Amino acid sequence: MSWAWFHKLGSTKWFFLWFKNWPLPLFLVGVLVFLMGIIWGLAFAPEDYQQGNSFRIIYIHVPAAILAQSCYLAMGIASFVFLVWRMKLSPIFISAVAPIGALMALIALITGSIWGKPTWGTWWVWDARLTSVLVLFLLYMGIIGLHNAFEDKRVADKAVSVLGLVGLVNLPIIKYSVEWWNTLHQGATFSLTKSPEMPMEMWLPLLIALLGLSCLLASLVLWRMQTTIMKREMKSNWLKQEVLKNGL
Amino acid sequence: MHPIRKKRLLIIAIIALILTTAIGLILFALQQNINLFYSPSDISLGKAPKNATIRAGGMVVEGSIKRNQESLYVQFDVTDFQHKITIEYKGILPDLFREGQGIVAQGKLNSQGVFAAEQVLAKHDEKYMPPEISDALKAAESQP
Repeated sequence: MSWAWFHKLGSTKWFFLWFKNWPLPLFLVGVLVFLMGIIWGLAFAPEDYQQGNSFRIIYIHVPAAILAQSCYLAMGIASFVFLVWRMKLSPIFISAVAPIGALMALIALITGSIWGKPTWGTWWVWDARLTSVLVLFLLYMGIIGLHNAFEDKRVADKAVSVLGLVGLVNLPIIKYSVEWWNTLHQGATFSLTKSPEMPMEMWLPLLIALLGLSCLLASLVLWRMQTTIMKREMKSNWLKQEVLKNGL
Repeated sequence: MHPIRKKRLLIIAIIALILTTAIGLILFALQQNINLFYSPSDISLGKAPKNATIRAGGMVVEGSIKRNQESLYVQFDVTDFQHKITIEYKGILPDLFREGQGIVAQGKLNSQGVFAAEQVLAKHDEKYMPPEISDALKAAESQP
């Protein structure tokens, strides 16, 4: 089997040229779809029989929480690829996605505690789910900090990848925390194996918001990666030619 | 695969294996401490420490809520469908507190085996539905 495509994808040049025009359309589609899901969820979806309108915060809380974990999963895989293959693109991806994942984890924590006050009766409780998501947020902050702590970028890339890979162990803990232990937090809203425990007019806007936010975040990550590639490849010929020929 | 990459892969695999085992063992050892609350069975069977602040969780038994007319004192039973314990509490209960709802109470077990709570939190599950559907379900249940 030929690995040429894999190595090409890892080359900053090919990645830059292939995805150059993707961020803006992806961003616009993401904003539009996300707004559609959020407005549908916040204004038109039915209220919950127990929680009334306070349940609607789910339309922000769940997409942010799912994406905080997805971003980490992608970052962990990139760390693994970098440690084994030394792919130049991996650390660029990691530093692009880390602040975005951190923001998602922070939004999940904040909306979760705003939701927790009226429904559970408390802002915060040290149960396994809440604590493991806080650890996820701290891992993101650790990765951002570690990346900036080194003068030599090659050392920084390696250190960040090791932390990124080690932190992967937190993901199954977050996911199964509500099944392995007694927690205040309820079980998973979405699951691949069974349909959600709510009617379609409630979960469909949630799914739309999730898809929209995914596109939105993907476009932000691509933009950040392009900026970093341009910074790192400032002196290379292909970039000069591309910019002179096709503009930015 | 290039021998250097193969070596790196092997090192990472070994580190991952050791780390997963270590964290798995830590979580296993801390199992009881990670659980947020003791179930009524744990408390009835004497697994929960006495005279220490602990949390107890379970379902509020239907028809067990006794309120005091003059104060905020309330007494109710919680169950895990095997054992049940009695909880007493003085204060404002969360909105979601009702019969058949899961709750978590923090407090101490007194000498009569009654759990004196200082804080009561309500639990909810991942099932959401519009009020009309919930009403329709209740109406269907009450029909013979």
